[in-house]
Amino acid sequence: MANFNLNINGKSHTVDVDPSTPMLWVLRDHLNLVGTKYGCGIAQCGACTVHLDGTATRSCMLTVSMVGNSEITTIEGLSENGDHPVQKAWLEVDVPQCGYCQAGQIMTASALLQKNPNPSDEEIEMAMNGNICRCGTYIRIKKAVKLAAESNT
Amino acid sequence: MTTTSSALSRRSFIKGSALAGGGLLLSFNWLASCKLTPEEARALPKEWFQVNGFLKIGDNGMVTIMSPNPEGGQNVKTSMPMIVAEELDVDWDKVIVEQAPLDTEAFSFQFLGGSQAIRRGWNGLRTAGASARQMLREAAAQAWNVPVGEIETSSGTLHHKGSGKSAGYGEFASAAAQLPVPESVALKDITDFKIIGTSQKNVDAKKIVTGQPLFGMDTQEEGMLLAMIIHPPAFGMKLKSFDASKAKTMPGIRDVFKVKVLEDDYVRQHFDTCTFLEVVAVVGESTWDVMNAKKAVEVSWEPFEAYSEERVPYGGPAMTLNIPAGLENSEDHRQSMEEMAMKGATVARRDGDPEAAFRGADKVLERTYTAPFLAHNCMEPMNFYAHVTNESALLKGPLQKPELTEHALSERLGMPIENIDIQMTRLGGGYGRRSYAHWLIEAALISREVNAPVKLVYSREDDMTGGIYRSTYHATYRAALDKDNNLIGFHVKAGGIPESPLYANRFPAGAVENYLAESWTINSNITIGSFRAPRSNFMAGVEQSFLDELAELAGKDPIAFRLELLERAKNDPVGERNDYDPERYAVVLELVREKSQWKDGPSQDKRGVSAYFCHNSYAAHVLDLAVDNGRPMVQKVTCAIDCGIVVNPDAAQNLAEGGIVDGIGNALYGELTFKDGVPMKKNFDTYRMIRMTEAPKQIEIHFVENQIDPTGLGEPMFPPIFAALANALYQQTGKRQYDQPFTI
Repeated sequence: MANFNLNINGKSHTVDVDPSTPMLWVLRDHLNLVGTKYGCGIAQCGACTVHLDGTATRSCMLTVSMVGNSEITTIEGLSENGDHPVQKAWLEVDVPQCGYCQAGQIMTASALLQKNPNPSDEEIEMAMNGNICRCGTYIRIKKAVKLAAESNT
Repeated sequence: MTTTSSALSRRSFIKGSALAGGGLLLSFNWLASCKLTPEEARALPKEWFQVNGFLKIGDNGMVTIMSPNPEGGQNVKTSMPMIVAEELDVDWDKVIVEQAPLDTEAFSFQFLGGSQAIRRGWNGLRTAGASARQMLREAAAQAWNVPVGEIETSSGTLHHKGSGKSAGYGEFASAAAQLPVPESVALKDITDFKIIGTSQKNVDAKKIVTGQPLFGMDTQEEGMLLAMIIHPPAFGMKLKSFDASKAKTMPGIRDVFKVKVLEDDYVRQHFDTCTFLEVVAVVGESTWDVMNAKKAVEVSWEPFEAYSEERVPYGGPAMTLNIPAGLENSEDHRQSMEEMAMKGATVARRDGDPEAAFRGADKVLERTYTAPFLAHNCMEPMNFYAHVTNESALLKGPLQKPELTEHALSERLGMPIENIDIQMTRLGGGYGRRSYAHWLIEAALISREVNAPVKLVYSREDDMTGGIYRSTYHATYRAALDKDNNLIGFHVKAGGIPESPLYANRFPAGAVENYLAESWTINSNITIGSFRAPRSNFMAGVEQSFLDELAELAGKDPIAFRLELLERAKNDPVGERNDYDPERYAVVLELVREKSQWKDGPSQDKRGVSAYFCHNSYAAHVLDLAVDNGRPMVQKVTCAIDCGIVVNPDAAQNLAEGGIVDGIGNALYGELTFKDGVPMKKNFDTYRMIRMTEAPKQIEIHFVENQIDPTGLGEPMFPPIFAALANALYQQTGKRQYDQPFTI
């Protein structure tokens, strides 16, 4: 066990956990930030996606000891009132079915648009391909990403 | 305008009462107003004929509708309250929707599955809304001293034209609560609908996109511990012994112990399937602690002996299931299915003289199809929260059929049902898997053992290797054509391990003079359960692939060929038990032909068609395909659906799109194989799921417009897409697909 000072959603948190603990479980079990989801534990489904210094990162394979001073943003911290352009686009297109994967989808999409504000269809597909949606809402996800890109420009 | 009776002979349907703090509370049972056949009614548990919905109108005019059904992505939490609001005559944006807790005292028929929610809820939900509206009108009429017939409503307001009086619903909610519930009420004319038929957004969407806790996995309670289980690594194995001495000393670990999930003498009900009767539970303070400790538990397993188990299936008499011993292999499965298909089988339906038809045929086509076991792979792994004390049990989490699980839990805990409270969270996917809630019982037993609230979580690997799969199936189709290419004989012989997929009375039964349907099964110790559109998810794909090949042999356009058969079934049906309406079936085919701009002809350009009827709805697809570097790319799916009145069109479209994507994914990639009883895939690195690059570029959904009461939508899109893809692949590659997953 060791103490870690973490910068999450603009706030400082201290946790006392085993250094091998994935950030996913630090967020969920220790900080009660449960928007970040467990799906596979091996970085194959994308449900646990967070931003690590702005880059979409699978928190299930990111151990707490690797984080250092980097800034972590989770779905809870993406915007103050749920009004990030990607969140707004998700509501407008009414993307979710079961909804379990959607936080991860939104975190991947928002990181993509941060780096590439006007992605092509192919760029969206490639960026989003690591996120599984078992309900099959891919067409709407793509539509929402494009809508968010348009609203940003 | 139609009139519906609210007082059924069976039991009172609606109850009115005053709301604490003022206002009207209506509780209602929509099931009692459903058009159930006697067989359907007998098949339902008695408890379902109770009260199962809430409608609250506060003194302030606030309308709250409790959505009783589990929400797993089909959007019933939005669409069911829309139906109530329509008849109540309030504005949708003034309605608050809440998820009703599971309360079998107050609710009934909380059931997700079989595409039944809207179909069965329709009449009851409408009547509930209309009854509340009627009671408010009565209350206003008494207060204003005018005939009730002169009181009109709009947008949650009561009006009397003659006197010019007007009031919001809230003003009369308390008075209405004192009135008797009307024995019959008038329902709106379908053409007067203002909410039904309009697209309304998912009421939980904001919470979903901001990451608020909604799912069972998100449950956090004071003093809650985390638990995981270790189950046998192979089917056919059971727990022999375990040594947890090391694990128990690891940080954060509270206890490691054996859990016996069901007692040996327990007579199981339909949804009580439980793969592993004994598991090892590891309990600790955090998920990561428990995951690490699991690896440190040394467990020995041993093969189990063959046994039989009493089972009371859904609505049927008790039966005995024989569970064989042994470590099964997919290669052996395939061989034993091939052998079984050559033997005699149970005749499920026979019309005319099929043997003579085949003897006298000009051409005979025979094809055999197979499909593998499939795992559900809900994105939210199985989990449940439990807090069990000596006196009571509180459980919370995602499950599809709470009432059907309650019985097993009550028996296992030796606790009366009234002391058990099962609350529902949103489901991170269900697809049938969450109907089999052995994990709920495991969670309860673990909580009782450690005397603390516990959240049981399955790892992805525990989930994927834990059984309750879609069966593996096998079907041989034979068809006889005469010299004019008329279909004169049809034979389907279908079976599976351990379940047969056969539906003997579906199309083309009824359209062929000489017809034979046979069924067989092979026992297995690999457990199975409902999987999105059970059995149809295989039969549709193979039947519609076979008909496509048959149309080609007959030199006919595949749509025209199907329509010709449906015409026969309509004008001169063979037999009386045909499980479809040929006219509605033909309508979806005609609609998809028009919308996809299908060009008639025996050879199609890189596109495939398919149509099927299941879960009371009709669906037809045309799928356009390209192949890019050996990879199939679905360019477009055009889909026509007849599911009666569409309550919430955009949400319905979303669900239909999802069914199509799911079907394409399972057709191309879905497969679970076994070696010595061990599932060969454990996680998404090897179990391939469809991803965005593989999803169709475009999906176009067309609903048949009619005034038929709504039918299912969660499932009917899914089965036929397998064949639309197979038939398009054939047009693209020249190779027919007989085995799932498809290969190019």
